[in-house]
Amino acid sequence: MKYLITLLLGAIVGVVILAAVLIYNPFLAQRGISPLSVSDSELISLNYSSVPSDAIVFTNNGESQWKPYPEKTLQLWEPSIRLSSAMATVMHDARSQTAGIGIKFSSSSERTRLLRGEVLFDSVWYLYLPDRGSLFIEQSENYWPFIREVVAPAYRSSAKSWKGSWLGNLTTGPGALGTSFVTAGSGPLQGTKMQGVESLSAKAYSVDSGPIAAEGRLLIEMPGADENTDDAAFAE
Amino acid sequence: MLKTFIIGIVLGIVAGAAALYAYPVVDQHREASIVSVAPNGRNTESFHVNVPMDRILVGAPGQTQALPPGMEWPVDPVLEGVRVELFKLRNERDTVVGVASRTVAKNERFDVIDWVLHLPARGSVFASIRSEALEGGFRRGELRAGSRELATLSGSVTERWVADTSGNEDAPAGRIELIATYVGSQDGLK
Repeated sequence: MKYLITLLLGAIVGVVILAAVLIYNPFLAQRGISPLSVSDSELISLNYSSVPSDAIVFTNNGESQWKPYPEKTLQLWEPSIRLSSAMATVMHDARSQTAGIGIKFSSSSERTRLLRGEVLFDSVWYLYLPDRGSLFIEQSENYWPFIREVVAPAYRSSAKSWKGSWLGNLTTGPGALGTSFVTAGSGPLQGTKMQGVESLSAKAYSVDSGPIAAEGRLLIEMPGADENTDDAAFAE
Repeated sequence: MLKTFIIGIVLGIVAGAAALYAYPVVDQHREASIVSVAPNGRNTESFHVNVPMDRILVGAPGQTQALPPGMEWPVDPVLEGVRVELFKLRNERDTVVGVASRTVAKNERFDVIDWVLHLPARGSVFASIRSEALEGGFRRGELRAGSRELATLSGSVTERWVADTSGNEDAPAGRIELIATYVGSQDGLK
């Protein structure tokens, strides 16, 4: 009997060691640098607040730390959408002027693999920018670095919160360089295909209410990009 | 005893890793798609939004009643003439299968009526609708882009308002009907 108990205790310690390796392994899901940061092309830069209560509306299944806003917003509780969120927010340009409206739909991805350091979300953005027209962005995002470096420390903290400075790329595909696909729907760019990257900058996070100070950024490479960009130049 | 403990640790690590590898952390609920084949060989899929119960957001300048309650639409000249709606999206069986947005905007250079349909288990589609109404109250547009399973499709989308005539007390006021016609393409949209 005592051997069985010892074996079980060992197994529990083994699972804890595995969890620690996953969380602290520095080789899993590095934040990387944006492949667009070395682009010669014109870039559209759009910023938005990632704090749900700063959005026009944010909703999910109501069970997450990221609470729906406003409180009486219809929640996404039905089985098909209970792992999804929807947000409408104001997009600002690099000078903090209103650039348009952004709508983001995001769903947990079945391709999530914790062993590989991947907590994936399949998301799409719809942007209406009066100067540019409408844009559709398709991407997969990896939140593992954010969870490991912001959310986990918040749980470990006695105050159940995290403060600091975290900046990382969320977009991991479907583009070969970890970029999103961008399609212009109407306006001067109609029909144009582009690529983009979404990043997140976090300054404060609370276990009770999610992000307290965080800003998202969308970078979109305008057409006319150098088609012969050397992939190796983007290698991390 | 120590050997047993060490074996337990190894077993714990292996079992934990195997469980993470074998069992999906995320399992999206998937409703069976209801796709019909049109006489011309194209595939059509019908969605609808029950109004007002499926409305998540109605945002436009100068609204007298906010939806959802407490929502504040940004007051900015840049957003003049922009109307954004978010909905839950239903299939032909009246089951919620996704979420959708409809954006209408007018400015001096171009008009916009855009839909994004997000079906979490399958992907998303982006359609631009022409503003001219056709006979029967339809508006017609094109699929501009898609993601995942729907990325390789092109085709068209129609939208139509269908008022409820059942007279039932708890019936919706009507529904927005969307019919997507898919054409598979070897090149896809990318």
